[in-house]
Amino acid sequence: MTAPALTWHSHGAPGEQMPRLLADVEPTGGAIALDEHLEQWGVLDLRRVGVDLVDELEASGLVGHGGAWFPVATKWRSIGTRGARRPVVVANGAEGEPASSKDALLLTRTPHLVLDGASAAAAALGASRVVIYVPARLTHGMERAVEARRRRGLDPVEMEVMSAPDAFITGQESAVVSALDGRPAVPSFVGLQPVRVRGVAGRPTLVQNVETLAHVALIARFGAQWFRAIGTEQFPGSMLVTLSGRYAGPVVMEAPLGLPLRDLLGLSRAAGNDYRGALLGGYGGGWVSMPTLLEVDLTEASARMWNTTLGAGVVALLPHSVCPLVEVARVVRYMERQQAGQCGPCVHGLAALDEAVRCLALQPASLRGRVEPILELCALIDGRGGCRHPDGVVRFVRSACSVFGDEVATHLRHGPCRLIDAAPVLPIPHFRSAHAATDRTSSR
Amino acid sequence: MKRVVSLVIDRTTCDGRGLCAELFPERIELDPWGYPIIDGDEIPRSLLDHARRAARSCPLLALHLIESRQ
Repeated sequence: MTAPALTWHSHGAPGEQMPRLLADVEPTGGAIALDEHLEQWGVLDLRRVGVDLVDELEASGLVGHGGAWFPVATKWRSIGTRGARRPVVVANGAEGEPASSKDALLLTRTPHLVLDGASAAAAALGASRVVIYVPARLTHGMERAVEARRRRGLDPVEMEVMSAPDAFITGQESAVVSALDGRPAVPSFVGLQPVRVRGVAGRPTLVQNVETLAHVALIARFGAQWFRAIGTEQFPGSMLVTLSGRYAGPVVMEAPLGLPLRDLLGLSRAAGNDYRGALLGGYGGGWVSMPTLLEVDLTEASARMWNTTLGAGVVALLPHSVCPLVEVARVVRYMERQQAGQCGPCVHGLAALDEAVRCLALQPASLRGRVEPILELCALIDGRGGCRHPDGVVRFVRSACSVFGDEVATHLRHGPCRLIDAAPVLPIPHFRSAHAATDRTSSR
Repeated sequence: MKRVVSLVIDRTTCDGRGLCAELFPERIELDPWGYPIIDGDEIPRSLLDHARRAARSCPLLALHLIESRQ
């Protein structure tokens, strides 16, 4: 994958500190070294961080940036800190979403901000173990960063770096716990005992996205009021967005929450016509039409009004040069191959959906003029997996059928379109089936 | 607060044997691949015996009757 370019939006009054997470991160170059980092942000005295950090996080209104948008203070308060077994903190940088590169960017360019946040979480929760969980290609750099901190004696709790397999679902909370416990990195049934109660090695576990931890590092230094100086009252602060389809390659941007997407993208209503539609939230997210996209602002609430999500901050514009249904079929094939192979409705449902969506794109005649079988499959799959993986695929397909309704109708009536062989745009990693190690159902 | 009893299924364990749908047809049906379709709705007292029997009979112990307060 090509390294993303960088940009940010200064928004609002002068003196507002933007960019934040990406401050001093140059468009190209390596990681900000520990000395530079401490010069830039000052030392975070972790020995003075305690439970009052949780109150500060609550006042800041910080929510998780891994895709679930859950309030951070609420999550931290739910971690069992009173029991005999001390908690584990996991900095989750798995970023299995192919259309997102913001976590990798943070980890490679400003790793100490993430590590500060992980260490602050450990201090606040009284954790005795901190794990930095990142893709194998990033472990070396993170180990170097951890070693630099070790020499300075910065962190009260030792940090370990562990590698996340390159697959879509390896960042799912219970999959992270399984991986760290030496089992396959696939989700498990947590119904009665969520990982916050019983996680890594049976201990209460906080699994927090690395961008979220970077925000924590700044809130621990500058406080909730500083954090709230940008963004909106209800949705404060800034966030990272991976934008693709607008410029030559993917771009990671930092922007205040609440910024209208038309400003973020620099798109006028007329320029919106240059694109066929947009995907928000990645491959488990949903499609929107261009007129809709220009109405959305950068908050999860706004995205949900249009039945989609910002997910981990993914915005992908689809050009007119490709057939949207072929792109959808490519992604659904990838997502089908990325399921863990554990739950019947997902195994069989996604296989059937993959087949049907492929027919719609490539051999629409076989559907006999009806898109309904695809929607019926969606209804049959929705909410019936052990994790949210199938639900994400359902949202992706349903929204595609609606936003690309004209293209669907044309395909059903006239067959595949002339763009059937166009060069694809949505990134599909070179993948190995996620369920190769755990396949149980296919032997039935 | 009220105690609510409902069925929860461990999808990662369920193998689609279908016994539950036979024992508790009032609330469980099977999808085209033989896996149970279960809503999380409250099980009324009148159906509790059937629900309990279905959960107990699951050969893979994938079906659970849980009590929560709402």
